[in-house]
Parts: sequence; C-alpha cells; structure tokens
Amino acid sequence: MSWLKKHEKIERNFTLMAVLALLVVTVGGIVEIAPLFYLKNTIEKVKGVRPYSPLELLGRNIYIREGCYSCHSQMIRPMRDEVERYGHYSLAAESMYDHPFQWGSKRTGPDLARVGGLYADEWHRDHMRDPRSVVPESIMPAYPFLEKRELKYKDIAEHLKAQVRVGVPYTEEMIKLAVADLETQANPAEGDLAGLLKRYPKAQARVFDGKPGRITELDAMIAYLQVLGTMVDFKDYDAKKHLR
Amino acid sequence: MRAFELSILGICFFAALIAAGRAHDDVFAIHCLIAAAAAAFFFYRRMDASERIDYSATGYADGVVRAGVIATVFWGVIGFAAGVYIALQLAFPVLNLDLPWTTFGRLRPLHTSAVIFAFGGNALICTSFYVVQRTTGARLISNDAAWFVFWGYQLFIVLAATGYVLGGTQGREYAEPEWYVDLWLTVVWVVYLVVFGGTILRRKEPHIYVANWFYLSFILTIAMLHIVNNLTMPVSFLGSKSYSAFAGVQDALTQWWYGHNAVGFFLTAGFLGMMYYFVPKQAERPVYSYKLSIIHFWSLIFLYIWAGPHHLHYTALPDWAQTLGMVFSVMLWMPSWGGMINGLMTLSGAWDKIRTDPVIKTMVVAVGFYGMSTFEGPLMSIKDVNSLSHYTNWTIGHVHSGALGWVGMISFGAMYYLTPRLWGRERLYSLRLVNVHFWLATIGIVLYAASMWVSGITQGLMWREMSPFGVPVWSFADSVAAIFTYDLIRAAGGGMYLIGGIIMAYNLYRTVRGDVRAEAPMHGATSDAPSSVAAE
Repeated sequence: MSWLKKHEKIERNFTLMAVLALLVVTVGGIVEIAPLFYLKNTIEKVKGVRPYSPLELLGRNIYIREGCYSCHSQMIRPMRDEVERYGHYSLAAESMYDHPFQWGSKRTGPDLARVGGLYADEWHRDHMRDPRSVVPESIMPAYPFLEKRELKYKDIAEHLKAQVRVGVPYTEEMIKLAVADLETQANPAEGDLAGLLKRYPKAQARVFDGKPGRITELDAMIAYLQVLGTMVDFKDYDAKKHLR
Repeated sequence: MRAFELSILGICFFAALIAAGRAHDDVFAIHCLIAAAAAAFFFYRRMDASERIDYSATGYADGVVRAGVIATVFWGVIGFAAGVYIALQLAFPVLNLDLPWTTFGRLRPLHTSAVIFAFGGNALICTSFYVVQRTTGARLISNDAAWFVFWGYQLFIVLAATGYVLGGTQGREYAEPEWYVDLWLTVVWVVYLVVFGGTILRRKEPHIYVANWFYLSFILTIAMLHIVNNLTMPVSFLGSKSYSAFAGVQDALTQWWYGHNAVGFFLTAGFLGMMYYFVPKQAERPVYSYKLSIIHFWSLIFLYIWAGPHHLHYTALPDWAQTLGMVFSVMLWMPSWGGMINGLMTLSGAWDKIRTDPVIKTMVVAVGFYGMSTFEGPLMSIKDVNSLSHYTNWTIGHVHSGALGWVGMISFGAMYYLTPRLWGRERLYSLRLVNVHFWLATIGIVLYAASMWVSGITQGLMWREMSPFGVPVWSFADSVAAIFTYDLIRAAGGGMYLIGGIIMAYNLYRTVRGDVRAEAPMHGATSDAPSSVAAE
C-alpha cells in the first residue's frame, strides 16, 4: 500500500512528525473557538448587563476561591423544567463580563444563575453559617468563617484595572472611586449612594451581613449572590429577535 | 557551569524570600516560601553531586524513572484517599469540618489534580522516559534536565495542591492553579519536550516507535492547551489573584476545549503510548496491526480536539458549535475503538496469560474500560442524552470509569512491569497480591460506576418530572436526599480502589527491597517469574 510507504517518511523524521501532529491538533480549536470572537450573533445585545460593582466583584472572587463552581452551575438550559425551576434560560450576554465564566458543570446543589432576589439576606446568613438550619437535606459545607473575616478591599482599584486590561469597561471614575463605592454599597447610610447607582445601575446597597460597622467577606458574598441573574429585565427581552 | 547554576539558584532563593515578604496575600507568600525552599533544595543537590551517575547496567538513565515510579505510587494513594474523603463529605457534610481549608469546594480540585496531574502525570513522565530510551536505543539527552523535569513537576504539584487548600484558584476546572504556577509548569514542560524529543532525535532506530507518537502528541498538545487556556491577567505581580483573558461564552469554550483535551491528550493519548509499549511487552506479542496504529493515531488526535463543546450542550454557546462538538464526539468513537481493538488483539495467541498473569489481566481490563468509557462518552455527547445526563452524577461515573478503569489500571500494569526491571529484581514480591489488587480495583470501579449511573439518572429524571399543573414535582433538596444510598456505595467502591492502591504500594515496596513472598503460584502457572526479564 502506497500510503504506508508515505507514512514511513513521517515515522523516520521527528521534526516532520511533530509539525504534522501540531497542525492536526490545532484545526479543531481554530474552527470552533476563533469565530466566537468575531461572529456578532455569539452574544446578543441586551439592556441591563453591567460590570460588577466592586463589592460584587470581590464577592465573586470569594465564590471562586471557595470552589462553589464545583457544585453549582450558573447556566440555565432552555428546557421547560429548568425554566420553571430556575427562571429564564441564561443568555450569553449575562456572563459577558465574567472573567472567568462560572457556568459550572455539575449540580450537586441547585443552579445559581438567578438566585439573586430569591432569598432574603437573613436566609443567606443562616445558610452560610449552617446550611442545614434552613435546608435539612442540604449537604453543603458550612461557611461560618465568612462573617468573621474582614473583607480585604484596599487594593480593589488594582482589581478593576486588571479587569479593564482584559476588556471590562470600567471607567476612570469607577476605578478612582472603587474603595468608596465598595464601602457605600455595604453601608449606604454613609456614602454617595446616588453616585454608586449612577455608576452601577440597580446595585443593591445595604448591610448584607446584618452587622454595620465592618465589612466582612459575608457582605461581599451575599452582595454577589443577590445580583446574580437580576441585571437583565426580561419584560423587555424579545427571545425571537435573538434566534441563532 | 556549576558556579553559574549555583548563583542562579541563589538569586532565586533570595528573590523568593523578598517576594514572600512583600506578597499581597497569604497564598502568594506561602508559595514564595515553598519556592525558596525548592531553590535551596536544588542548590544543595547541585553542591553535593559531582556527576550524578545513575545509569543502570543497561546504560540508560533509569534513576529518574525509578523516582517517577515512587512518585506515581505515592501520589496515586494520596489522590485516591482524597477522593474517598470528599465522596464521604457528600454523604456526611459534617466531614467538611466548618474550616476553610477542608471544604469540598477546596478539596475537590485537590483530588482531581492529585489523580490527573500528580498520579497520571508522574506515570506519563516516567514511563515516557523509560519507553523512549528502550525504543530508540538512545540514552536521555540529559540526565540533569530529566531530573529537573521530575523535581520541577513535583514542585508544580505541591504549589497547586497547597494553592487549592489555601484558596488560590483560577476557578477553571482542571486548570485551577494560578498564573505563576502555570508559568512554572510551562518551563518544566518545555524542558520535558526537549528531553523527550531530543532523545528521539538521537535514536539508533530509523523508525520512531508508535508509542512515542502518542507520547509526543500528548506533550505538544498539552503545551498548546495549557498556554492558551491559562492566559490571565494578574492583579499584581506580587499577588496570586488573576483574571482570565476571556469572558463568558469564549471563556467557556476555551476552557472546555482545554478540559476535554486534558482527557483526550493527557488521560488518553499519553496512556495509549503506555499501552502500545507495555501491553506488547507483557504479552510478548507484537502490536496487532501496524496499519491500525497509524489510522488510530492520526484520526484520534485530529478528532479529539473538536469534542470540547459537548460539555456545553444547551448552554448559551451558539448551536452551531454545540452540534459540531456532538458530531465529532460521535465520530471519535471509531478511532477510540480502533485503539482498543489494537490493544486487545495484541493478545492474540497469548490469551491464556490472563489466567496466569495478573499483570496482563490488569492491562486487559484497562483496555476494556477504555473501550467502555469511549463508547459511553460519545453516547453522552448526543444532545438528547446529554439533556438528561448533564449536571448529574452520571458524568462523574463516566469520568471515573475512564480514570479508575483505563488510566489507573494501565498505570498499575506499567508500575508492576517496571518495578522489578528498574530495581533489578527477578520478579515481583507477590503475584497473588497483584491479583488481590486487581479484584479490589475492578469490583470497586463497578460499584462506583453502577451507583453513579443510578444516582445520575435518578437526579436527571427527578429534575425534569413535571406535575399535570406544569410545575416541577420534586424540589432540588428531594433529589439530594434521594441519592444518599448511592453516595455510600460510591464511597465504598472508591474505598476498595484505595485499599487496592495501598496493597500495590506495599507489594512494590517489598519488591524494591528484594523480598519474594513464599506463595503458591497463580492457578495454572508453571512459574511466577516474568519470563521477559531475560530479554531486557
């Protein structure tokens, strides 16, 4: 067989084999991934999606740090039962500022893509302290240390700058006022709430952990959980327009 | 040259100490201290040895392979133990201990990385170093560089593992280590490629043996995947936190392009290299079909890369990409089974050995599990099946039939093959213990996979069951409570697999010591001595 003879050439030439193998394994990635960066219909245009506020961003970092994605997805599929259980199916636009994405791959616990506003802050506090006090069947680890740890946020501007470098549209003003915005969101009584809401529309500002005076990791965590899935107003969303 | 290396290491040591003092967070500080300790360790090693000669009587660089065998067995037992522990956490949440360092969320990446990268990675590196020398007739181009790969890789493992426990993670599955750990692995990996490729370039055989094609494609592809998927923007060069270069949809597909091909190239192509060397050796038969290996190799590496989107069915990823991923995943079934057939049929004329040689039995079952999980994978990649299986324990069961059945068993076979040869022993300490290990592992996998099928399908069916009023019948909490028993069975299966691993560690330890257990020979065997020893 002639192709066997031809293959012998490859088997006798290390460089040829390495180059061919590398070429063969790059094709799939180029065809599948590269178009996602320029095809306009990859991410639908919707109103409401904004970068995370400084407090929400640090909450998100804690979510990542604790490996919550191991057990919770943030991606509602368009099946009827999922939409009934969790709400409108997830849009690509809703995670367009998520560096990294947290869609997850496993539901040991429920999906969290639209957990924002579903439970009161008090519920979240109890749940983090002792999950089984509010859901007896739960197998989630308890996170009692979150409310004891002060949030480290003095370098939050550096985080926003890093996000700008990967394409998140934080403005100069947002970076300059990052510390103040964070403190305002966790304690709106003292601070420029109107400014925070102008920069981060519909941001929820209150004492999330129930203890005014100090900003804890629990404040950030609950602020993040409460914003999840709440940015897009689905009353305005026309699904048919975005068929692809 | 020595002075130059020593001064570089000295500079690294002090730079790491200074960085530790100025670090922005605890993870980075502790990692700097570990790096300083590593620099001191390398410094001491360089000071100490005049010329580290560990060529065996065969003239090959086998010292680093011996170290790799020890590391493989060590990390294997650690990884299995971590798995059993987190499996029990899922049944008994009290085992999370309410501490930051011991929650499931932090230990799960510890388990996955320990098994994939520490156990699997060490098995791949040490067997590739062994195989490339035996099949090219050339010694590794540099003993020092090979040892650098070994210790550099262990340092990567320690940095990754301590990072997870302390909360330093990128939040990307199977790519959790932070940016500076990724950079370090890149350096180690490039040296690995140079040692492996350089040795092939110096081969005395005109042909490159098929096992080396698979090892080569594994090393190259992992380099590509690792670099692209870990493109991140550090917040500070003195802190551990970084943000992925990509977001949302693009990030998701990049990650699963990486994630699936970590399976495809780390856990498949590399271990196929192992299969193509150790199965023919242990069976003392040539590879079944040379033509089939060529088709197997090129079609496997071409098709695998496309399969990533099947992890993202029905998500916000565009449909065209999902469908493409599904179609290629189904096609992938063919080369996978081509490889399985090539491995199994290598035993043609030697099937009787399954009765007498538990090592070949372990390898055969490994290839069998390879066939089963590469059938199950394409099945689960079909969108309608995936709509049920995704997000459930079925996926976990599938992964483990591949990881425990294929990757684990073929590695055990290779370790049993290598240990007597590397330490110049006539035979293994005990073939009967290999047999015990074999049955513990096999029954353990069956318990694991079966319980996860039932549990996963239970979850999927409960989630989608709608009442006549159009609302879900079961709350999510109901579906958690429903799988408790299966979680126990899974933990029992994993526990058996762990005990098997400990028995292997003991057996290999006694083999290294040169002990031979007084035992009746295996049923039907005339002699327990692996007859291919003389051929080495």
